[in-house]
Amino acid sequence: MDEIKRKQRRKEATLARRHIYVETKQPETFITSLSDEARENFFASEKKRIALNLRRRKIKKGIFTGIGVAAAIIISALALVPIFFTFLNSFMSSEEIVSNYQVVFQSMSGHASQGATYMSRTPVLKLIPEEVTIKQYTTLLFMNPEYLFKYWNSILLTLPIVAGQMVVACLASYSFARYRRKRREVLFFSYIILMLMPFQVTLVPNYMISDALGILNTIWAIILPGIFSTFAIFLLTKYMRQIPSGYIEAATLDGATEWQIFTNIALPLCKNAIFALTILLFIDYWNMVEQPLVLLTDVDKQPLSVFLSQINEPELGIAFAASSVYMIPPLLIFFWGEDYLVEGISRSGIK
Amino acid sequence: MDNRNNRQDQFTDRGEVTGVRPGSEVVNTKTKAKEKTAVKQTVATLSEEEMDAAIVNRPKAKNVTPLANQKLTPKDIPVFEDTPERREKLELRKKRHFKRKLRDWGIFTGYLTPSLAGVLVFFFLPLLMLLKTSFQKSPTNSDFVGFRNYERVLTNEAFISASKNTLTFALISVPLAVVLALFIALLLNSGLPGKSLFRSFLLNPMMVPVASVVLIWQVFFSYNGVVNGITAQLFDDAEKIDWLKSSYAQIVIMLLFLWKNLGYNMVLFLAALNSIPHEILESAEIDGAGPVKRFFSIKLHYLSPTIFFVGIMSLINSFKIFREVYLLTGDYPFDNLYMLQHFMNNSFTHLDYSKLSAGAIVMCVVMVVIVGGLFFAESKFDSDVEE
Repeated sequence: MDEIKRKQRRKEATLARRHIYVETKQPETFITSLSDEARENFFASEKKRIALNLRRRKIKKGIFTGIGVAAAIIISALALVPIFFTFLNSFMSSEEIVSNYQVVFQSMSGHASQGATYMSRTPVLKLIPEEVTIKQYTTLLFMNPEYLFKYWNSILLTLPIVAGQMVVACLASYSFARYRRKRREVLFFSYIILMLMPFQVTLVPNYMISDALGILNTIWAIILPGIFSTFAIFLLTKYMRQIPSGYIEAATLDGATEWQIFTNIALPLCKNAIFALTILLFIDYWNMVEQPLVLLTDVDKQPLSVFLSQINEPELGIAFAASSVYMIPPLLIFFWGEDYLVEGISRSGIK
Repeated sequence: MDNRNNRQDQFTDRGEVTGVRPGSEVVNTKTKAKEKTAVKQTVATLSEEEMDAAIVNRPKAKNVTPLANQKLTPKDIPVFEDTPERREKLELRKKRHFKRKLRDWGIFTGYLTPSLAGVLVFFFLPLLMLLKTSFQKSPTNSDFVGFRNYERVLTNEAFISASKNTLTFALISVPLAVVLALFIALLLNSGLPGKSLFRSFLLNPMMVPVASVVLIWQVFFSYNGVVNGITAQLFDDAEKIDWLKSSYAQIVIMLLFLWKNLGYNMVLFLAALNSIPHEILESAEIDGAGPVKRFFSIKLHYLSPTIFFVGIMSLINSFKIFREVYLLTGDYPFDNLYMLQHFMNNSFTHLDYSKLSAGAIVMCVVMVVIVGGLFFAESKFDSDVEE
C-alpha cells in the first residue's frame, strides 16, 4: 500500500514541477487593456478621487464631533450654571443682594397669592456682582459664631453616620454575598424595600422609639437609624457578588479563616466601591433636612442645611456665602475621589 | 461566590462518586428513617435473646461510598442502637447543624448581627408599630377599628391627589432620566475629545447639597425671576409665569431631578458601553451596519441589564425628590406638587397618626409590588441575556 502511495505522490510531484514553467495566459482586464499613458492618467484620477473622498469624510467627521462637542458643552454648562452663579453671588456685597433679589423673595415667602402680582415691571436681575467683595464671608465666618456652630453640627451628624454605616454595611454585605440561600434572598429583598422607604413612612414610630430610648432631641436620634440604613448594603452586596468564587475557595483551601478571607480578599477587592459609597453616603447625609427638622427640636443642634432651607429676607445678605461654604466640602471630596467614585459607580451597574 | 452549594448537586446529577462517608449528611437522612422503623419492629416482635442475637449478627456497616444512582440494599445500611452515647452523638450533630445554620446566616460569625439588630429595632419594629396603629382609633386609644382608617385615607382627596402626583412624577421623570442619560452617554462615547472632563462636569450636580442650590433655583424660577426676565426680553408679548405656582411646577421639579441625577445614570451607561465587546461592533461595522442599526441590534442588547438597574436607581431617587420640593415650596406647595410625603408630614404635624399610618402602609404595599415586579423582571431579563 505504502509503495503505491509513494509512487503516486512522486508522480504528482514531477507533474507539478513540470507545470511551473508552463506560461499561463493572463486574462484581459480593464487595466491591462489600457495603454501605458492612459493607465497613468487613470491611476492619477483615481488617486485624486480617493483623496477627495477621504477629505470629505474627515470634514464630515469633524462637523459631527463639532456638533457633539457643542452639545456636550451646552449640557455641561447647564449642569454647572446653578453652582457657578451661587459662587458668583457669594461675592456680592449684602446690600447689592438685598436690592437685587428682594423682588424675588417677596413673591416667594409666605404670602402666596398676593405676592405673585406684587411687581408687574419686568425685573432685570443682575447675576454678576458689580464689585467683588468678601464681606459676606467675613460676616459669616467671623461675626456670627451661630453659623459656625451649625456647620460643626453638620459635621457632627454626618461623619459618625457615614463611618458607622460603612462598617455595618461591609460586614452585612459580606455575609449576604458569601451565603446565598432562598430565605436570605427574601431578607435581602426586604432590605431593599427598607432602603426605598421614604423617611416619612416610619416617622411616628421612629419618634416613639427614640422617645422610649431617651435619645429624642439628641443627635443620636438621627445617627443611630442612619447607621443601620440599608442603602450601602444594597450596592456593596451587588459589588461583592462579582468577586470570583475561585479566590475564596483557594483561600479556604489554604486554611484561611473567615475573618482572614473578609479582610484580606473581600475588602481589598471592594476598595473602589467602598470609597465611592463613602462619598455617596457623605453627600446624602450632608444633604439631610427632614430628619433633623422633626427629631431635633432644639435650634442650636440643627445642621446648616435646615437653616439654609429656612432662609428669610433678613438673612438674605449672607445666604449665598453660607450656601457656598456648605457646598465646598462635598465638592472637595468629589475632586479628590472622582476616579474612585466613577469606578465604584460603574462597576455596580454591570453584570 | 454563590456556587458553593450547587456543587454537590451537580456531581450527584452527573452520577459521579460523591465521596460521602456513612454518617455524614447524605446517608444520614436515609438511615434515620430506617433506624426508627427497625427499632420499633424489634421492640414489638422480638424477645430479649433474639434482640441480642439480632444486634450481634447485624449486618456490618460497609465503609463503601454508594454511587449516586445505585439503590441501597438493606445490607448496606448500618443499623444503630439507641444507646445514650448514640443519643449524645445525635444531639451533638444537631447542635452542629444549628451552628452551621447560624454561620450561614452570618449571625454566629457576627457579620450580619449588627446590621440585623439595628434594622430590626429602627426599621422593622417601626413598621410593625405602624401596622398596629393603622388598625387603631389613635396611637393612645387602642380600640380596634378594622379597616376604617384605610377607608378614610383612600377616600381622602389630599391622599388621592398626592399619590397621583407622586406616580405621574415617577412615570414621566424616570423614563426621561434613563433615555436622556443614555443619549448623553452615547454622545460622550462617540470619540469626543475631553470626555472625562465633560463627565466630571456632569457629575458635579450630584455632589452639590440641595439646600445650597435652592436659593439660586428660586432666583431663576420665581415670578420676578431670571427665566421670566429672559423670556420677557426675547419675546415682547411673553406672559410672565409663576413657575412654581402654576401647572408648570412639575416641569421645574423634573428639571431639578434630571439636573441632579443625569450624571450618575450617565456614568453607569458609560461603563456599560465600554464593556460591550469591541470585536462584535467592529465586525458589524465591516458588514455594513450603520450606527443606528448597530445601536438597536447590538448595544441595546448588551445595555439592557444596565437600563434596568438605572431605572431602579432613578425610581429610588424619584421618591427622594420630596426634599427638593419641600425646600423650594414649603409645607403646602401648588396642587400638582403635593407629594405623598407632604401628606404624611402634614398629618404628622396635625397629629392625625392613624391616618398617617394607614397611608404609609398603603404606600409600602404599592412600593413592594412595584419594586418586586421590577426585580422579578430584571432577574428574568438577566437570564435571557446570559443565554
